[in-house]
Formats: sequence, structure tokens, C-alpha cells
Amino acid sequence: MIPSSYYLALSAIIFVIGVVGVLVRRNAIVILMCIEMMMGAAGLAFVTFSRYLNSLDGQLAVFLVMAVAAAEVAVGLGIILAVFRHKETTDVDEVNLLKW
Amino acid sequence: MELVLLIFLGAIAITAALGVIMARKAIYSALFLLVNFCSLAGLYLLLNAQFLAAAQVIVYAGAIVVLFLFATMLLGGGEESSKFKVQSSKFLAIVLAFVLLVEVGYVLVSGTLTGIQGSDTPEAIARVGNVQAIGKLLFTDYLLPFELAAILLLIGIVGAVVLAKKKSNVPRPTSNVQNRKSQITNRKST
Repeated sequence: MIPSSYYLALSAIIFVIGVVGVLVRRNAIVILMCIEMMMGAAGLAFVTFSRYLNSLDGQLAVFLVMAVAAAEVAVGLGIILAVFRHKETTDVDEVNLLKW
Repeated sequence: MELVLLIFLGAIAITAALGVIMARKAIYSALFLLVNFCSLAGLYLLLNAQFLAAAQVIVYAGAIVVLFLFATMLLGGGEESSKFKVQSSKFLAIVLAFVLLVEVGYVLVSGTLTGIQGSDTPEAIARVGNVQAIGKLLFTDYLLPFELAAILLLIGIVGAVVLAKKKSNVPRPTSNVQNRKSQITNRKST
């Protein structure tokens, strides 16, 4: 059995790539994708600890996170759609009415 | 063997993750995301989480990515203008992300993993099966979170419909429906 820290390092790398995507990209859909990727990375860490601790609780947590992710994507894309109808763009820099 | 598979799947996952954030068009990002999720499912299999691997493919790759593709097509996910209002913000973002990576790496390297060992050893799970073990836990200890997830999904559905519905101050013209009806009758008559 290879050490859990390999999996955790992989999960950390994917999570950080997701963070970079959220900070760098301007398209709201791509930002939502990066958030999903970060959730996936967190799920990998959960499952790794689940194996390490010989407990199924981590896998249950990932299962519930999947439900949350599905709901989040549905609502998030609905919001992006509503914004697109108002502003004709999905660029997050253009959506700045709440900025001041 | 496990190490080879881990390196292989990990390399695919990281490459796909980089592809998501570097692809010019949103549709390519969505496809890279699909690859990332599939390699994550493979990693779940390596970690003895067969049920989650299947759920990952079905829920993430099957439902969420398709939803992203639909939204991308609907909104015309063309090339995004990569010009920044503040050019330094991109640099700052990458520096901060690097700091985050170093922090997480430091925690991984410096500390040893501790925790209370549970009773679900691979042998115990193999005796009843992964899906049965998860199902039993889901309907006993995790019944409340399970029900809450169900309510959350219901709220998500209703919220998505309400948000995506076309709002108009003027009452919906009924002539539209009548026109369509007359078109149908015309088509029938011709």
C-alpha cells in the first residue's frame, strides 16, 4: 500500500490549480468548472483519509458533497443564465453593479 | 502496480486540470473537466471506493459536465478576452496560489497523519461489499444528512427553474399560443 501522502499531494495540486483558475479566468462558466474541480480534489482527500483511517465516513461525505455539487451547478448555471439575459455577457468583470 | 497507476492517473488528472484553466474556449474546458473527473474516478477505484467511482462517473461526468456543455452552448462560450483590467492581478493570483501549495505541502511533509482507526477495514468491507456497506451506513448513521441532501436537491431544482425562467413584466401574450395553434391547424389542413 503506497503512502496516503501521495494521494493528498495530488489532491492539493489539483485544488491549487482550481484556485488559480478561479482567480485567473474571467468566464463565469469556467470559474464554476474550477470550483467543481476543487470539490473533486477535496473528495479525493476525503477518500484517501477514509482508506487511511479504515472508516467509510469519508466516502459518505464525498457522496453528500456530490449532491451539493449537483445542486450548486444547477443553481449556479441558472444564475449565470439570468445574468447573461441582463448583461449579454458571462464575463465576471462586466458584472460589477454590486461593486460600490 | 498501484504506484504506476497512481502516477499515470495523477498525471492525467493534473494535465486535464491545467487544460481546464488554460483552454481558450469554455467548451474545451468542459471536455478537459470530463477527463479530470474520469481520472479521479480511477483514483477512487485505486482507493477501494468502487461505489464512489461509479457515482463520480454518473453524477460528475454524466450530469454535471453535460450541464456545463449545455450552458456553454446556450450562452455561446466563445473565446474570452484574456486582457486584464489590472494586469498584475494575474501575477498576484499565481503567487498566492503558489503560497497555498507550499503551505499545504509543508503540512503534508512536517506532520504525520494521525487519527482514530475505524473498524471498516478492507477485509470487513469486502465481506459485505462496498455498496452494501455504504448503503447501510447511509440509512442508519447518516439518515439525516441523506434526507437533507434530498431536500437540498429539491430546492436546487426549484431554484434553477425560478432563476432560468424568463421574467417579463408584461403579461405573456396569448396571441402567440393562438398563432401556434392556428399554424398547427393550417399544417393539418394542408
